[in-house]
Amino acid sequence: MSDATQTYTHDVLIIGAGGAGLRAAIEAAAGGASVGVVCKSLLGKAHTVMAEGGIAAALGNVDPQDNWQVHFQDTMRGGALINNWRMAELHATESPDRVYELETWGAIFDRTPDGRILQRPFGAHTYRRLCHVGDRTGLEMIRTLQDRVVALRIAVYMEVTLTRLLKDGDRIAGATGYNRQTGDFVTFRSKAVVLASGGWGRIYKVTSNSWEGTGDGVAMGFEAGAEVLDPEMVQFHPTGMVWPPGVKGLLVTEAVRGEGGYLFNSEHKRFMLDYEPEKKELASRDKVARAIYKEVQAGRGSPHGGAFLDVIHLGSDRIKKKLPSMYDQFLSLADVDITREAMEVYPTIHYAMGGLRVEPDTGATTVRGLYAAGEVAAGLHGANRLGGNSLSDLLVFGRRAGAAAAQFVKSVSLGALDPASVADEQRLLLGSLEGAGSENPYLLQQELQAAMQEGAGIARTDAGLRTCLQTILALKRRADNVHVAGSRLYNPGWHTARDLRFMLVISEAIVRGAIERRESRGAHWRTDFPNADPNFGKLNLIALKDGDAMRITTRPVPEMPDELADLFNGEVRQKSA
Amino acid sequence: MSDTTLLVFRGDSIKTGTEQPFQVPVQEGMVVLDAIHWIQAHAATDLACRWNCKAAKCGSCSAEINGRPRLMCKTRLDEFAGEPIHVWPMRAFPLIKDLVTDVAWNYLVNAEITPFTPKTDEPVPYRMAADDVERVFEFRRCIECFLCQDVCHVLRDHDQKAAYYGPRYMVRIAGLEMHPKDTVNRTALLHREAGIGMCNITKCCQDVCPEHIRITDNAIIPLKERVAGRYYDPIAWVGRKLFGSKAD
Repeated sequence: MSDATQTYTHDVLIIGAGGAGLRAAIEAAAGGASVGVVCKSLLGKAHTVMAEGGIAAALGNVDPQDNWQVHFQDTMRGGALINNWRMAELHATESPDRVYELETWGAIFDRTPDGRILQRPFGAHTYRRLCHVGDRTGLEMIRTLQDRVVALRIAVYMEVTLTRLLKDGDRIAGATGYNRQTGDFVTFRSKAVVLASGGWGRIYKVTSNSWEGTGDGVAMGFEAGAEVLDPEMVQFHPTGMVWPPGVKGLLVTEAVRGEGGYLFNSEHKRFMLDYEPEKKELASRDKVARAIYKEVQAGRGSPHGGAFLDVIHLGSDRIKKKLPSMYDQFLSLADVDITREAMEVYPTIHYAMGGLRVEPDTGATTVRGLYAAGEVAAGLHGANRLGGNSLSDLLVFGRRAGAAAAQFVKSVSLGALDPASVADEQRLLLGSLEGAGSENPYLLQQELQAAMQEGAGIARTDAGLRTCLQTILALKRRADNVHVAGSRLYNPGWHTARDLRFMLVISEAIVRGAIERRESRGAHWRTDFPNADPNFGKLNLIALKDGDAMRITTRPVPEMPDELADLFNGEVRQKSA
Repeated sequence: MSDTTLLVFRGDSIKTGTEQPFQVPVQEGMVVLDAIHWIQAHAATDLACRWNCKAAKCGSCSAEINGRPRLMCKTRLDEFAGEPIHVWPMRAFPLIKDLVTDVAWNYLVNAEITPFTPKTDEPVPYRMAADDVERVFEFRRCIECFLCQDVCHVLRDHDQKAAYYGPRYMVRIAGLEMHPKDTVNRTALLHREAGIGMCNITKCCQDVCPEHIRITDNAIIPLKERVAGRYYDPIAWVGRKLFGSKAD
């Protein structure tokens, strides 16, 4: 490794190479911009690959009654109406074209008998809407986008972690960080940055997320002055594996229920019939997760503290054809043959609805030249995301952010590089290697994960949240005292020392937001305020950097125009005349 | 809770690096990747390995476990019945550090393959019959773990990376060639740059594939037949024998 900082220059720098980042890159390149894509892992390994069930788009191939208006309503209702209506409208209207476009780039989905894209039912979608390939839809999507990026010869910087956004005055000028493989410091100069860095599920102990989900993007955006919207909204996927311990939290796709799986408690009662008589197992994720939680709390859990998820009645052939990776996952990791035995499942952290506040049409954040798309951005999903809406989110808003960034860079020149900011970040990075600290970054990370699981988990109280906040603030101080062995050469301990700081920023935002939202809405369940409060239903929460501190403020939920509000038969406020 | 011993390769050169023993407490159902994570947290914070999904969907945590190329996230400790477990990096690629190798060559080769190319006037949305797409699904299951590349003796023992793209890219090409809407013929590429003739069908690649893709049977052999049909037509071969032509 060398002490010199390698510098690269592009019009548009894209941070993250999952669905949103790759789709943004394709669009920005099409707009004539020089594009660089930076990813923490190898290309094609981003978390999108883990998506299983499908992409929600109202094609109406299986249920011809489906259309964008129904998809729009499902999304808004699923989000408990604090979504940004304009994002939900764009998402519902544009998803079909984004799916068809993937096919023109080589993607292949399961087919209907007449050769069109097959669609399956999913939680809280009124009609069969999810375009899918068995239970490996995310792999199909990422490989298609990856192939397209390669074909367009877009520059991809693999295994590079960017840790600070650089600004020139009030606008973005690039980002700086390190190359994982060599340990060299790197700086990217760019006229615009698109953050497509995904979520932060690693801040919880029981999670379906990979090591990458540490909230770098949202924390970097926050540090650069961008607003974080609805941070308290974190999704617990109802069905994660619970046994054996090593795979606890690993995702069991919602497609298992989409294909007709039943949930049972220890008394072999199909409890969703009581909780959600209409939608049953296919109610929205927040509702199913809470039902499983309540059954276990009531002493009706499975041997390892979950619920039973049963697909035996579907028959071996259908299971192996439509859920092949679930069959394989349970057989190889848990010694369970799901064609003969029920799975044991319990809620697992899965997704962040909150994130950087963006302009709906462009993905522009409140910092000039900084765009965000995908999980790191917020607004579309409100208080709860519907399954399948994430993959379409990546495509619709990845494309929009890429296009807007390419347009923006036509009218600006490169911002000046701020050497002091780069040097400051490098000092911070080197602190854990060269300092005299004594804390182990992995163990601090584990303490944070335990605290978040306990205090900011599926069921929240004011007291629990406040205890959790104290733990986070104490861990922030201890994070300055981390020490890691070894050199900068591919050193995961060193990487974790920096990741920990990102995790602490977003954890603090989640907990501060959750304390403020004194109601239950969507995924946010306050047992001390068990009902929805109409006043909070008019508000989005915002976390904002205020000096060295974090401040929570509110913004009114944007009001829908009358023609959209009319779709809800008076359930939502009409825009005042 | 009992302990097991992992002997993990450490170092940034395959020549000077050595196995380092670690005693790891075992929980039921634990996989090798869990043990590596335990070592990182408790014994060697700088131990380098790649991983992402921990669910055999991303193909990041490839390694050689007791000499066999496997995914660490899918290899259970109880399989070894308490015997020491040797964990090494993939040997077909240059070492970076510990269990991490430089797999960049795979990405360079990939970029040489003519991408999916539909007819320009193909009506959108596409109509494709289920039977036509289902035979392509097997190839599209590939998670790019590169274990097949690692075990391929053309690449591993003979380091013929300049002559052969390797099994992973035979799978990718098969997926493109059999895609119902693709219009490009990649036979010349297979014959020349991709070097499909280098494969002598030992089937080691399909033995190690964690996605159970029948790489040799369903990708390489049918592609070899296409190449043979074009470059080694038997009538032309008889002609060369009869008339003593040196041909080609």
